[in-house]
This record gives sequence, C-alpha cells and structure tokens, in this order.
Amino acid sequence: MTSFYMPDFNLIFPEMLLAFSALLILMEGSFVKKRSFRRSVHYGLVALGLALFFLIFQNEVGQSWVTFEGQIKQDDFIFFAKALILLGSLGTLAMSLPSMMRENLTSFEYPPLILLATLGMLLMVEANDFIILFIGMEMQGLSLYVLAAFHRDHPRVSEAALKYFILGAFATGFFLYGVSLMYGFTGATNFDIVASVIRAESVNDLSLSLFVGLIFIMAALAFKVSAVPFHMWTPDVYQGCPTPITAFIGGVPKVAAMIVSLRLMMSPFLVLYGEWQSLMVFISAASMIVGAFAALQQTDLKRLLAYSAIGQMGYVLMGIASGNDEGIQSVFVYLSIYLVMFIGTFACLLSLKGKTPEGVQEVDDLKGISMLHPRLSFVLAVFMFSMAGIPPLAGFFAKLYVFKAAISAGLFYLAIIGGLTSVVAAYYYLKIVKVMYFDKLPETPSASHGQLLVLSPEIMVVLNVCAAIILVFFLFPNGMLELAQRAALALPI
Amino acid sequence: MLTSLPLLSIAIFLPLLGAFAILLNWGNKQTSLAMNARWVALWTSLVTLGLAVTLWWNFDVTSSEFQLQDKFQWMPLLNMSYHVGLDGISLPLFILSAFLIPLCVLVSWTSIQDKVPEYMVAFLVLETFLLGMFSALDFILFYLFFESVLIPMFLIIGIWGGPNRIYAAFKFFLYTLLGSVLSLLAIIYIYFEVGSSSIPAALVTPFDPQIQTWLWLAFFASFAVKIPMWPVHTWLPDAHVEAPTAGSVILAGVLLKMGGYGFIRFSLPIFPEASAYFTPMIFTLSIIAIIYTSLVALAQKDMKKLIAYASVAHMGFVTLGIFTADPQGIQGAIMQMVSHGLVSAALFICVGVVYDRLHSREIADYGGIVHTMPRYATFFMFFILASIGLPGTSGFVGEFLVLLGAFQANTWATLLATTGMVLGAAYALWLYRRVVFGQLSHPKLKGLTDLDWREKIVFAPLVASVLFFGLYPSPVLILAEASVSKVIDQFNLALEVDGNLLINPKKSLEVAFLTTGRIFTHQGKQRFFVIARRVEDPTKQSIFQMNPWIAAPTAWARNDDEKNLSGVKVALLRNGQ
Repeated sequence: MTSFYMPDFNLIFPEMLLAFSALLILMEGSFVKKRSFRRSVHYGLVALGLALFFLIFQNEVGQSWVTFEGQIKQDDFIFFAKALILLGSLGTLAMSLPSMMRENLTSFEYPPLILLATLGMLLMVEANDFIILFIGMEMQGLSLYVLAAFHRDHPRVSEAALKYFILGAFATGFFLYGVSLMYGFTGATNFDIVASVIRAESVNDLSLSLFVGLIFIMAALAFKVSAVPFHMWTPDVYQGCPTPITAFIGGVPKVAAMIVSLRLMMSPFLVLYGEWQSLMVFISAASMIVGAFAALQQTDLKRLLAYSAIGQMGYVLMGIASGNDEGIQSVFVYLSIYLVMFIGTFACLLSLKGKTPEGVQEVDDLKGISMLHPRLSFVLAVFMFSMAGIPPLAGFFAKLYVFKAAISAGLFYLAIIGGLTSVVAAYYYLKIVKVMYFDKLPETPSASHGQLLVLSPEIMVVLNVCAAIILVFFLFPNGMLELAQRAALALPI
Repeated sequence: MLTSLPLLSIAIFLPLLGAFAILLNWGNKQTSLAMNARWVALWTSLVTLGLAVTLWWNFDVTSSEFQLQDKFQWMPLLNMSYHVGLDGISLPLFILSAFLIPLCVLVSWTSIQDKVPEYMVAFLVLETFLLGMFSALDFILFYLFFESVLIPMFLIIGIWGGPNRIYAAFKFFLYTLLGSVLSLLAIIYIYFEVGSSSIPAALVTPFDPQIQTWLWLAFFASFAVKIPMWPVHTWLPDAHVEAPTAGSVILAGVLLKMGGYGFIRFSLPIFPEASAYFTPMIFTLSIIAIIYTSLVALAQKDMKKLIAYASVAHMGFVTLGIFTADPQGIQGAIMQMVSHGLVSAALFICVGVVYDRLHSREIADYGGIVHTMPRYATFFMFFILASIGLPGTSGFVGEFLVLLGAFQANTWATLLATTGMVLGAAYALWLYRRVVFGQLSHPKLKGLTDLDWREKIVFAPLVASVLFFGLYPSPVLILAEASVSKVIDQFNLALEVDGNLLINPKKSLEVAFLTTGRIFTHQGKQRFFVIARRVEDPTKQSIFQMNPWIAAPTAWARNDDEKNLSGVKVALLRNGQ
C-alpha cells in the first residue's frame, strides 16, 4: 500500500455510536452523584435503538462495500445480521430491567457491558478478516464473562462464570491456532484473499494443515454456538447465571456466532464443502440428538432450556450443512424466529417470582399458573409449541425451511434424524405446557408461587411483540423470506 | 352473486373469528362470561354449518374437478400458495366436521363448567383447522392444518379430560406427531419434484416407482397413525377414554377421518404403483384390525374404551375399502367414514349422557337403566344397531359397499372382514344388554333422570341423518362418484402405463414405448405381458412380464383376456411431455 486511504467511518457509524455511548454511560455512572440503574438502562436502550435506526437508515439494498483496507464489509447479508443482533440486544436489555433490580444487581456497568458485547458481535459479523473477527469475538467474549460473573457473591454464579471463562479461553485458543494455520498456508488473513488462494488450487493439492486449521476454527465456532461435542458449558452456565444474564448469553451471541459460521463456511471455505460437510452433518445430528434426549429428565427450567438450545442449534447447523442457497436462507429464518422465541420465553420467566430471589428455577415453579395468569401462560405455551415446531406457529416455518434445505441438498438421513428428534424434543416442551395447564396449583404453595413481578412497561412490550410475531408469522411468511433471500444473494457463492 | 364471494374461505375462518370474539370478552364476570362463550360458539358453528350446506348447494356433482376454489399467493418466493377447494371426496367430510362441532358445543353445555371460554375457543380453533385441512389444495397448507389440529386437541384432552388425561394427551400428541413429521419430509420431497407445493399439480406428476415406495411409506406413517390402523392404534383407546365427551365425539367423528381422507387424496392417485404394491399389506392390517380389535372390544370393562376399539374395527373397513381401488370400495369407504362419524359420535354422546349423571364409565356400574331412562334406551338402541350395520341405517350402506368392492378384489379378505361384522354385533349388543337391560341393581341408578330437552336436540339430527343416509345414501354417493372415478382412473392408468415396466414414464419415453399387452393364463395363473419397443432402436423389442402384484384387481385385469394397449401409448406420450 503506497497511499493512505481514509477509511469510510460512515459505514461503522452504528458501531462508533455504541462504543461512545458505552463510555458515556460509564462516565455518567462514575461522576453523577444521583445515579439510577433504570436511567442507565434507558440510556443503553436509546443507544441500541439509535444504532439500529442509523443502520437501517444507511442501508442501501443490493450494495456492497469494503472499507478499512478490506477488513470490514457491508452488504445485505451483514445488514440483516446486524439488525438481528441489535434487535435482540435491545429486547434482552429491555426485559432484564425488573428482575435485575429485584436481584439487586443494579451496578451501572450492566448496560455498558451489554453495549460492548453487542459492539463485539457487530464486529464479528461484519469482519472481512480473521483479525477483526478475532477482536470482535474476544470483545463480546470478555464482556460476556464479566456479565456471567455479575452476581459475584453467589458461589454458583462464580462457578458458572469460571467454567464459561476457562472453556471460552480454550475455544479462543483453538480459533487462533486455526487462523494461524490458515495464515501459514494462504499467507493472508483477509477472507477474500484466503478464498481466492484456496480456489486457485484443486482440492487434492491443498495442504493438510489447511484442513486442520479449518477443523480448529469449526471447533471454536461450535463452542460459541454450543453445538455437540462442545456443548458442555451450556447447561451449567444457563443454570448458574442470573436469569436476565442467561437470557442475554444464550440468545444474541449464539446468533452472531452462527452467522459467522455461516459466512465462513459459505464464503471463504465453500470450495472445501466436500470436506466440512460431513463434519457439519455430524455436529448437527449430534446436537439434535443430545438436545432432544438430555433434556427429557431435566427438572431445572434453565437447564432444560439449555439443552433445548443445543437441539435448536442442531437444526440451524442442518441449514449450514446443506451448503446451498436454500440453506443460507433457512439459517437466517431459523435464527430470527429462534431469537424471538428465546427472548419471549425468557421474558415470561423473568416476569415471575420464584421461590428464591433468583426467580423461577424449577419446572414445578410453573405448576398451575394458568389459573393465576391466563395470559402469561398462554404466551409461554405459544412459545413452547412454537419451539416444538408445531404449525401454525412460527417455529414450524423455521423447521420447514431447514428441512427443505436439507432435502434439496440430498441430506435425507439428516432430515429424518431432525424430524424424529423434533418429536422427542416435543415431549419436554409439552411438559412445560402440561405443568402450567394440566397440573393443579399446589395445595400449599410457597408464598411467592406463581406471583408476578411488578411488570415494567419494557417487559410487556417485549413479551407482546414476541408473542405477536410468533402467532401471526404464518400470515406473512413472505416478507421474512424476501429478507433472507436478499441476504443470501449478497453472499458470494 | 354468491359465487363471487370466497365462500369456502369464509366458512373456514369464520370459527376463528368466533374464537376471537370469545377472547375479547375476557375479564367480565365468570358466569355470564361462560354463557356468552357458549352462545357465541354455538352460533358461530351453526352459521359455519349453514355456509357448508350452501357450499354443497353450489357444488356441481357431475364434475370431478376441485370446485369453489380460492387461491392467493402465500409464499410466492417458494411457489407455495393459499389454495383451497373442494371435490366430492373432501366435501362429505367437510360437511361432517361442520355438522359435528355445534353438537360438541351443545354436548358440553352443562358438563363443562371449568374454563368455559377457553374450551369453546379450543373447539372453534379446532373447527377452522379441520375445515382447512379437508379443503387445502396446497401441501404445505394441508400439513399446516393437519398438524395444527394437535394443539387444541392436546389441550382439550389434557385440561378437561379424565383422571389419566396427561398420559393420554401426551400419547396422542407424540404418536401423531411422529407420523406426521415423516410425511412432512415426503411433502418437501414432492415439492422439489413438482416444483410447487400445489396438490392438483402433484396429482398429475408421475413419480419414479422406487421413490414412490418411500414416499408412500412416509405418508402411510402419518395416515395409519391417524386413522388408526393396527398396530399403531394404541393411542386411540387412551385418548378416547380420557377426553371429555365432546373431545371423543370430534376425535372419533372427524380426526380419524383425516387418515382415510389422506389415503384417498394422496396415497392412491399420487403413488399408484406403491399403493398397488402395498395393497396386500393394507388388506392384512385391515383384517387384523377388524377381527382383533373386535375381540379386544368384547373384553372391555369401560364403555368408552369399548367404543374406541369398535372405532378401530370400523376404520379397518375404511382402509380395506380404499385400497380395493374399486369405485364401490372407495365410495363405500367414504360412506363408512361419514356414517362412522355420525354413529360413533352419537355413541360417545350416549356414554356422555350417563357419565354426566353418574360419573362412571364402568359397564359393571350400570344395568337396567331402561327402567329409569326409557327414552335414552331407545336412542342408545338405535345407535347400537347403526353401529352393527343394520340395514336401514347408514352403517349398513358403508360396510356393504366396502365388502362388495373387496369381494371383487380378494374373496378371502372379504370373508374374514365379514366375521368382523358378526363380532361387531356381539360386542355392541352385549354392551347394550349389560348397560340397559336387566334389573336395576345399583341403588344410585334409581334416581336417574331421562333425557332433557338439550340432549334430545343433540340426538335428533344424528338420528335423522343416520336414518336418512341409511335409506337414501345417494346424496353422499353421487357427491363422491365423479371424484372417486377420477382417482381410480388415474390409479389404473398409471399402473397400465408403467407399472410393469418399472420405468418412470418421464424416462420411459426415451427408453421404451409400449406396443401391445396381453394376458396369458400360465400354469393356472393370470400373467400379463407387454411388448415394448426401444425408442433409440425401434427394431428391438423386449417382452416384459408384469409384477405378481398386478394380479391384484385393477380395471383391465377384470375386463378382457386380451387388451390392446395402443390407447396407452398415447397416454404415455402425453405423460412424458
């Protein structure tokens, strides 16, 4: 490079906004005397909302830019991913407010940490270079480790956070090792250059180290999306962390990591499809099977949801494993719908008091609550049926598109495994419906059984929006499909 | 004027509107709320029934096409559309569903006191799904409705059911889900083969016989569980016993027919080769169902369980009739489905009437109630006789036609099925004797009151329709005739064209075309040979022998000993284009 290019800061305006707002909120918390947790969270919400607004405002359909010396990219695919991440963070931050206050976790660092994690995720999805991808991944990873340990006096929380941190550090190591092997073979970290180098050689001439690197990178990503066999941390972290934090850790970061996997597999590594496909099929099938069977005996609600998440990620990986245009679209549709279901489910849990200050923990804490709160139980039942993939709810369409992609790619066995495990998984989703609707209220309920928290307007908005999306998705599936198609077109297959 | 309205879609979605109306009332006083919900549900379902009858009125029975179609783009990107329409096979079941829902509402009028608005909402939503399922002309739409039915039914059994309701609800849900998931995969495969998810398009697309076998099995998994066939029927007795009366009514009356409808609509015309190949299996399973479940019914101590097993036996006649691939057999199957929908619904209501009074379904707890409930005994007698298939009731018409069709297909199967009828008479009459006749032995039975006006209103239309279709079955038969013969023509044509060659007609154009076919009697068995000529080299002729299953009854095998297939050649060319 002989001349110096001024990078196009316009393109990363939402990211800069997030970074500055995070710092501003920190400043405000440190220097303003009368600080209020609620106000900090509201500032965080405004920052996320503005970032989303500028993102949509700046977006031009069908355009693609590269800036920062080819390290950051913008196109429809990335726009879609960023919008999803910002929306997810917005919803999660909004709904966490009442229960964070109830658990007395009112440090003003909470919203800045969420903003920084979101910023990391945005960097992850828009990275066009392994270095930027790594920076983004670490940025969100470190913020999440801190968030996981937010309730630092609680022994179980510390244990979960430590597990998360140590295993996460392992995954980071894997990732770096994979990238360095990749660099050793191709001499570059830029996706486009890596892709062109790989494409230039015939598959048989490629060096073994490239495949080893690919496998290391896949392992790291599988850890991030909690796919089997790198799923061990998920149940412990879900159970250990305070519920509002679980809602964040389990939702948006997985979506971001999944989109990164999709992007890597479909764009630089697509030529190696024959090599990574069988691995992807295995990871997907194993995740679906483990997710279905391991959750059957769980009595802890968050552990159950953790295994359910492992299973759901298996279905998304089925979309990646199909390796075609339909696969990309199905991954997008699945992730969007999953995020809505996930946030909605946690919004329901966050609105209830449990036996302990940590809120609802056991499946039995939901016993008979349909007598007390018909609407809340109805909404939670809708999310459960949708997660099980029963039509006409949105979850059915998510599964439909994934199966469609798998069958178009000829992955019949994977599709059959997916179908059968979805029946097994339906059992535990139904179990939650059963507990709420079929079981009677316990005769001597604990004082707070089934009681509602004082609901803030934020959580009501999140709950209603999520439920409405899941319920009426079947009326307008085409809009979502068009977006997904646009995103898929942007990816150079 | 009426035809310009999308009447069919209005009929499908009107119950949903009623459900919304009930939901809007949330938050008032409990008792008036329940009453409002009941009346809204009743009126909505009655208006829907009215619309369904109007549809029947506007229906042209001479045409085998799908009529009263509504279509708009649903997911244009994927070539999936909202497309509904009715033909002679779906209309009888469509009307049956619309007919039974008001009765369900009336049956639950006083027996359901808990969460009434939710209950009525569940039934109205269920009605929308059922009507949509029978009229869907798009595979994805069909599957959407087909499986959505599980949600309201699961809740109806689980919330308002008997003591063991949770087990029954889970068993029902998971069993049927397992079956339908496989059919979803088959549907997606068909979608890729056809290029859209339109059912009319799939009906004219030929499938490779090898593939057909798999697709047929996937659909079979779904429909066999639903109908249910032996040995996957075990969910049915549990679900029936635990469901509230109206739940049993709709389960026996309509939900079981979803399987039969699926066999006629999809398995026969889309996978003719596979259907013919699996016919012996279906016959065997049907016969086992008829005889075995009749014997099981004899041993039951619970009234609802007995009727549930009887349903399995009656649905055995339906599958038997469908796979004869004979006009009488299939029309008989449709008639049997309609008749069973009315009669078994009525029998479950009969059980419900005494259950509401005594809260027991044990046969041993009853006896001699003819002394206290003479009117009830009369109605019960009538429906028991209809269930046996007494001439003059609709049950007779269906079973007789099925046996007539089956007799031409397979004499032995018919013989065995007929023994099922005798067993049917045995368990039904024995049930009646133990419950109704004898001494009033139990003191609790002495205080029983006879039917009230509401129960009479429920029974009256059932009696009327069972008698009407028993004496004059033509409305249903004429309705179904054109569509059934289209299905059978398609089935036979497909078998004639490519069945024996085991070549996809699409590909067979390049490989071979038929010249003549001939039936020989060889070693006492009929065999069929065709002579085919290769397209690349017309001088080369090959003689192909039929598969043994072709000796199954298809149109040509009965007609003449020798048949010129020159007409078939034309059909083959047309198919290939």
